[in-house]
Amino acid sequence: MTELERHSYDVVVIGAGGAGLRAAIEARLRGKKVAVISKSLFGKAHTVMAEGGAAAAMGNVNSNDNWQVHFRDTMRGGKFLNNWRMAELHAREAPDRVWELEAWGALFDRTKDGRISQRNFGGHTYPRLAHVGDRTGLELIRTTQQKIVALQQEDHAETGDYEARIKVWAETTVTRLLKDGDRICGAFAYVRETGRFVVFEAPAVVLATGGIGKAFKVTSNSWEYTGDGHALALLAGATLLNMEFIQFHPTGMVWPPSVKGILVTESVRGDGGVLTNSEGRRFMFDYIPDVFKEQYATTEEEGDRWYTDPDNNRRPPELLPRDEVARAINAEVKAGRGSPQGGVFLDVSSRLPAEQIIRKLPSMHHQFKELADVDITKEPMQVGPTCHYVMGGIEVDPDTGAASVPGLFAAGECSGGMHGSNRLGGNSLTDLLVFGKRAGDGAVDYVDGLGARPAVPEAEVEAATAEALDPFTRPDGENPYAVHADLQATMNELVGIIRTAKELETALEGLVGLRRRIAEVGVKDAGPGGRGYHPGWHLALDLRNMLIVSECVAKAALEREESRGGHTREDFPGMSPEWRKVNLVCELAGDGGVALRRQPMPAMRSDLLELFETAELKKYLTEEELP
Amino acid sequence: MATVEAPAKTRAQIKERTFRTDDWRKYPVLTFVFFTAWVVYATVRAMWGSAFFVPEYHYLTPFYSPCLNDACSSVTLDGYTGSAALFGTFIPAGAPFFIPYALLSLPFLLLFRLTCYYYRKAYYRAFWLSPQACAVREPHARYTGETRFPLIGQNLHRYFWVAAVLISLINTYDAILAFHGKDGGFGVGLGTVILWANVTLLWLYTLSCHSCRHVMGGRLKNFSKHPVRYRLWTWISAINTRHGTYALITLVSLVVADFYVMLVASDTINDFRFFN
Amino acid sequence: MGYLAKFRVWRGDSGRGALEDFEVEVNEGEVVLDVIHRLQATQTPDLAVRWNCKAGKCGSCSAEINGKPRLLCMTRMSTFTQDEVITVTPVRTFPVIRDLVTDVSFNYAKAREVPSFDGGDVGPGEFRMKQIDVERSQEFRKCIECFLCQNVCHVIRDHEDNMPAYAGPRFLMRVAELEMHPADVLDRREIAQDDFGLGLCNITKCCTEVCPEHIKITDNALIPMKERVVGRKYDPLVWLGSKIGIVRKPDDTLPA
Repeated sequence: MTELERHSYDVVVIGAGGAGLRAAIEARLRGKKVAVISKSLFGKAHTVMAEGGAAAAMGNVNSNDNWQVHFRDTMRGGKFLNNWRMAELHAREAPDRVWELEAWGALFDRTKDGRISQRNFGGHTYPRLAHVGDRTGLELIRTTQQKIVALQQEDHAETGDYEARIKVWAETTVTRLLKDGDRICGAFAYVRETGRFVVFEAPAVVLATGGIGKAFKVTSNSWEYTGDGHALALLAGATLLNMEFIQFHPTGMVWPPSVKGILVTESVRGDGGVLTNSEGRRFMFDYIPDVFKEQYATTEEEGDRWYTDPDNNRRPPELLPRDEVARAINAEVKAGRGSPQGGVFLDVSSRLPAEQIIRKLPSMHHQFKELADVDITKEPMQVGPTCHYVMGGIEVDPDTGAASVPGLFAAGECSGGMHGSNRLGGNSLTDLLVFGKRAGDGAVDYVDGLGARPAVPEAEVEAATAEALDPFTRPDGENPYAVHADLQATMNELVGIIRTAKELETALEGLVGLRRRIAEVGVKDAGPGGRGYHPGWHLALDLRNMLIVSECVAKAALEREESRGGHTREDFPGMSPEWRKVNLVCELAGDGGVALRRQPMPAMRSDLLELFETAELKKYLTEEELP
Repeated sequence: MATVEAPAKTRAQIKERTFRTDDWRKYPVLTFVFFTAWVVYATVRAMWGSAFFVPEYHYLTPFYSPCLNDACSSVTLDGYTGSAALFGTFIPAGAPFFIPYALLSLPFLLLFRLTCYYYRKAYYRAFWLSPQACAVREPHARYTGETRFPLIGQNLHRYFWVAAVLISLINTYDAILAFHGKDGGFGVGLGTVILWANVTLLWLYTLSCHSCRHVMGGRLKNFSKHPVRYRLWTWISAINTRHGTYALITLVSLVVADFYVMLVASDTINDFRFFN
Repeated sequence: MGYLAKFRVWRGDSGRGALEDFEVEVNEGEVVLDVIHRLQATQTPDLAVRWNCKAGKCGSCSAEINGKPRLLCMTRMSTFTQDEVITVTPVRTFPVIRDLVTDVSFNYAKAREVPSFDGGDVGPGEFRMKQIDVERSQEFRKCIECFLCQNVCHVIRDHEDNMPAYAGPRFLMRVAELEMHPADVLDRREIAQDDFGLGLCNITKCCTEVCPEHIKITDNALIPMKERVVGRKYDPLVWLGSKIGIVRKPDDTLPA
């Protein structure tokens, strides 16, 4: 029953999205033997869903752009809660990471002079997003996938074995990180096809598992997004940072019900699409917050002029950062000015000729046509907010991606700090590349600096095996699907886009009950060997992770008594400079639950602080922090 | 890709040839009937040896162009005698019936269409059942595609295309000659219109050919360095999407043109004249 | 709005299995994958199905619905009548793992055989390519690797013995993509024919018919690739020209 395989690697990367693949490429390029573990097939990761583009200050379209401007935009978007060092590294290194993709075969859309074209996006001062139509994520994943294949071909030429130095473990799920004392020594996983267990022995593990959206009912995330990396790290003793910040993308599909939440790219607005309510009013003009008053157009005429003459006009408020737009849509729907299907209208049909819509937004055209039978060149879409991205994540060292546990690294959405309280569109794809590479480097440096390699203690493996098999001991236990649905409902309704202390307390009580029920979840044998391709079992194991992140989110959301970015408290609507100095950190409590503590925010380096006008800094910082 | 030792697997053993519920037989059956009928008609007409030319108006059926039999040089109808032979007549009048008058063009036209990417799809499906329709199991035990003789010859399509272009030029010249009026000057009849419609469609079919698309610009790596050829490629690509449609329409237009000329040339009907 | 639909789903493993009948609730706006999920949640918790994004972007949920290769998530229930029996089977070309899930490792093995992009001496950031030059390959890079074209292609679907010699439409298209990539410096025409079996393709266009991304695989990738191969391997004039020295390189796709 518990026979298992063991495989040894130098670096194990968990997650095969953009960050994981980039980390694996880096570790392999530096001569290490690498495993990439993926919950789905190779090349299916959630990165494919990213549409808009990869933000990098290459200055191809507007030569005024540079890393300082990008840094400023990122800090503003994150409401200054970002880890400034990460924001700096990201802005500095993003162009190189994008150019590197091109050298690996990526084909971005071009400018007239043959360079990589860049498009406008919410929160970005200049056209900055390298893109391929509206399928940039697919291009990124395919390019890194094909780079891995290229490296495997090199290894094959040298050793006769494609998998000599880099192997992709597709449809394999890690359920536990293994530790030798206080250090990482490997990971414990099951292979989906057979349900068999594998122990990966490795001194360094890079987590790149993405987000937590499946803890919510309405989400743009796929089934894989169950907070695995967050939970694995926390259970291994690492810390999670600012988990209360969750980005609700303003525009998700609202109909049909089965695809509610699926993303409608921000490029629709970047390319001229406008948001209107049931009265036909472009309501975003009513929702420009004071901190953005200077940067955004106040009349429709000016906003419309911006698309053709961005240097002399301010941008339309449809392109405000995502949190602002999501809240505005939420407010319009609550005020009874929503669309028939419970969202608002997003119209591009009256703004662009049909031929241009199809050329610029091919996958949106396709998506609405196929899924909702709506032709976006002829009629408006109906859209509403959807859980999209978690800004919070594993607390890491900005330069190396190292978590607080020796041997553990994290990159991409599952790491925290880079995006502060709100992520700008387009920053995630370059985040994956910049910090994927850095985490890969960090892991290699760590392995190189290691004296003796850690060994995997048998007790750890036995405990992990028992934990994974536990649901089978209760064939008549709770139905995992039912528990999952209740968890999603709790999070969606009580820890959603607008939060109050009372609801958060109710949510925390609900989570206590759900923790009990999850311990009672059971499944029956199915498939070859009882565990082969067993969706109920997989979900039963994922529930633990979703519960842990849900507890972190709810606790941190209750603690932070202000509204900022992806965290809106109805009972504390203002943004507080005092709270800006506070990071909320989750860690494993003695009783196996989640504990929360406050931690001071490190002060920004003075040369970076000088990039901002004092007047602007006053909106975010306390008196004593001002230069 | 899961690589932990897994049991050997086989395909799902499903006996049914297909679970398709739509009318997937329609396309191959219609294609079969249509092509067969056309081939029969074309064969009969190509070997007919008469009713191919109207000397009064210079109507020559495309099935006899260029007309190379001795009999082409002097055709008489309704008191008019004319010649349909523009390129000499090296086939003696007494040649056996199965030597067509258009001996130099018909084989190439046949080969052009036989190796055409559209026709290949159509007859592989309708005649060879390989496959009859998508996701419908085919009856053959072995399959080697276009890797061996004779099907490897499909790769010569571009040469037959060159021949087809030359023949289309001749057809165009025939159509120009068909502006021949009763008094010897300029004239337009229904036959002229039909011949022009046919030759226009023939050009659309010939120029929308995949080989033409390749030769004109498709083979280039960088369009931006060859703006004219890129423009040509763009135009050809646009009509190439309907290459199959033109392939079918030209079958009809060829028959219509030939049949009309036959009716007039056999004095069954009189040409309807618009002008002179 | 809802109604009870009749479903027949193939269930089994190791190749052996049978169609099982189900009656299951269907609501407005649903796709076949929703119905399969409802079966999982209410009647057969162990029904195996592979899926991921549920928006037609990842290409995981390939199967055959009423005999046609399709994505489960992109097949709307409104395309069927209410009394129609809907048959769902795994894709036939690949070995079945269980129920609707198949082992698609054939495709990853083929992907590894295609020589990768080679940008020559151009360094990162130095590439200059015009939009009109990248568009052809961009079309092919829309591919979501659902492998429906691989599944439907009769060359391997009906003739398993061709699998070693034939890469399938997806990877012949990958060869075409690199061949048309304006910055790639390799010549892949010989191998397209010799190693990846382009000559086995008889352009019957089923790959194009099933492509959920509506990529014109046959017209834009396979046929142009065949034409390029002709220029390299089968063109008697090019061959003759190279023998007598008029044509220096039997090669008509180098960057001109």
